[in-house]
Amino acid sequence: MKKSTNKAPAPQKKQSFGVYMKRYWQLYALLALPLLYLFIFKYVPMVYIQIAFKKYSIVQSVWEMPWAANNGFEFFIKAFNNKDFINALRNTLVLNLLDLVVGFPAPIIFALILNELVFKKFKRVVQTIAYMPHFLSWVIIYGLALQIFAPSTGFLNMILTNLGFESVPFLNEPAHWVGTYIFLGIWQSFGWNSIVYLAAIAGINSELYEAASVDGAGRFKKMWHITLPGIKPTIVVLLVMNLGNILGSSFDRPFALQNNLVMNAAEVLSTFVYKNGIKGLQFSLTTAVGFFQSIVCVIFLLLANWISRRLGERGIW
Amino acid sequence: MIKSKSAKVGDWCFIIICVLVSIVCLVPMLNLLARSLSSTDALIKHEVYLWPKGWNLEAYSTVLGDMKYIRAFFWTVFLTVVCTFVSLTMTTLCAYPLIFENLKGRSIINIFITITMFFNAGTIPNYLLMKSLNLLNNPLVLIIPSCMSVYNMIIMRSFFYGIPDSLRESAEIDGASFFRILISIYLPLSKPVFATLALFYAVGRWNGYSDALMYVNKDIFYPLQLFLYNILNNINSVEVTTQEGFSTPGLTESLKAAIVMFSTVPILCIYPWLQKYFIHGVTMGAVKE
Repeated sequence: MKKSTNKAPAPQKKQSFGVYMKRYWQLYALLALPLLYLFIFKYVPMVYIQIAFKKYSIVQSVWEMPWAANNGFEFFIKAFNNKDFINALRNTLVLNLLDLVVGFPAPIIFALILNELVFKKFKRVVQTIAYMPHFLSWVIIYGLALQIFAPSTGFLNMILTNLGFESVPFLNEPAHWVGTYIFLGIWQSFGWNSIVYLAAIAGINSELYEAASVDGAGRFKKMWHITLPGIKPTIVVLLVMNLGNILGSSFDRPFALQNNLVMNAAEVLSTFVYKNGIKGLQFSLTTAVGFFQSIVCVIFLLLANWISRRLGERGIW
Repeated sequence: MIKSKSAKVGDWCFIIICVLVSIVCLVPMLNLLARSLSSTDALIKHEVYLWPKGWNLEAYSTVLGDMKYIRAFFWTVFLTVVCTFVSLTMTTLCAYPLIFENLKGRSIINIFITITMFFNAGTIPNYLLMKSLNLLNNPLVLIIPSCMSVYNMIIMRSFFYGIPDSLRESAEIDGASFFRILISIYLPLSKPVFATLALFYAVGRWNGYSDALMYVNKDIFYPLQLFLYNILNNINSVEVTTQEGFSTPGLTESLKAAIVMFSTVPILCIYPWLQKYFIHGVTMGAVKE
C-alpha cells in the first residue's frame, strides 16, 4: 500500500513541541491502550525467557533465581539429551516439511483451476464451498475426522469394507495418521489460501492473454508463461513466510488431532511444551525449548528472505 | 470468441474437477448431518452414509435439553461478542494514528509493533505472565490476552490508507480534531474492513480453545470448543448420556454428531454473507505496504 501520500496540512518548519502536542496529543492518547497491551502481553513475557537459563523456583522472582549449571545452558543440554524432545523436534520438522511440499502448491493449483472456469456464478459457489473448512475449528475438524476415518464406524472405512477391502487405520497408525494430518491441513486451508493467488491473478494485465491467444498459445501455455510468472512474487512471499515457520508449530491442529496410539509421530514441540511445562511443571526445560524454537524461526525467516532477495525476488521486507 | 472443441472439453474438465473438490469439502458435513438425524439402530448397524436413516430428532432434543451444553453455548456467544467488540476497538485505536505521516515517533512505534509479529516469547513465559497477573482461572484471560492481532491491525491500516487524504484534509481545515475525524469520516467509510475483521475476530474466538486449555481449570468458563473436545474424547460426557436408557452407543454417536453440528452452524450461517468483504480483507493483508 502507498505510504507517502498521507500528510497532515500545515506542518510549519519551526513548529514548537508544545504546538505540536496541542494538536497531536489525541493520536498518542488513542495509541496508548494498544501499545500498553502489546508491551504487557508481548514484551513483558520476554523477561521470563531468563527461566530457560535459570533454575526455576516458585518462591523467588525471575531476577533472583539462581543460574543453571553449564553457564546457564543446563536445560538446553538436557533438552537435547531428552528422547521425547528429539522426537517432537523431528515430528515438527517432518510434518511441516510435508505440509510445505504437499500443501503449499494446493491453493496455487486450485486458483489456476478456478481462473479457468467460464461460468462466473458456478465459480462463486465453488469458492464459497471451498472457504467453508477454514471457518471450522480444529476440534470440529477432529470430530468430522472421527466420523469419516474411524476404524469401523467411519464413513470411508464403511465404504471400503462394503466393497470388500480391509479397513484402513487412518487415525490409529502413525504412518496413516501423518497422511490424515496432512490431508486435513490441506482440506482446511486450500480454499482460503487460494484467495491471495486469485487476487494476484486478477491483477495480471489481460492484454498479455490476448496477445498470447493471437500467437496461438493454448490454455496451458498461457498458464505456464503468463499466469504463473504473474503470480510469482506472491508465491515467493508466501514461500518465505512458510519457510520461516518450518520449525514453528501451531497448537490447535496437532493437539486436537493427536491420540495416544500415534503419539510417536504426532507429538510436536508445541504439544511437548504444553504437556511437560504447563501440565508437568518443568518450566525451565520447556522455556528453553520454546526459546530455541523462537530463535530458529527468526533465523529461518531471515535466511529465507535473504535467499529470495539474492535470487532477485522481492522478499517480505 | 468462438472456442475450439478441445477448449470446450478443457472447460468441462475444470468444471468436473471443481465439482469433485466441492464434494470433498461438503461430504464430512453431510455425513455429520445424516448421523445426527439417524436412529440408534441404523448407526450401530453402520448403515448411515450421506442420508439419515430412521429419522430421529432425539439427539437434538437431548442436546437442547442439556443445561451444561446450553450454558457453554451461550457463554461462548457472549465471549465472542465481547471479544469482537473489544478487539475491533483496540485495532482501530492502533491503526488510525499510524496513518499520519507527521506523527513523531511513528517509525519507532512501527518497529515496536512489527517485532511482536516475528518474535514470540513462548508458551511458558506467557503462562507465567498470566499467573503473575492473576489471570489464571479468570474469565478475563479469554478476552484480554488476545484482544488485538497485529496482522489484522495492518489490514485495517491498509484500508485507512485507501481513504482519500483530501477528505481528511478538508475536515482538518474546518478545525476538526483527529478524534472527530476518526468518528465522523473514517468509521463510517470503513464498514467493509470492520465486517471483515469482525468476522476474523469472531471466528478466532469461537474456534479457539488453546487459551482456555492452558489458563482455565474451572469448567464453567470453558468455551464451547474445549467443551466439545472433552466430549469427543469422552473426558466428560453430556449429563443425559449417563442416565439409564440413554447410554446406548448409537445415541452417544448421534449425540456427538448433533453437538458438533450445533457448534458449527452459527459460523457457517454467517460467513457466506461476508464473502465479498473478507476476500478484500485477505488480499489487503497480503499486499501490505
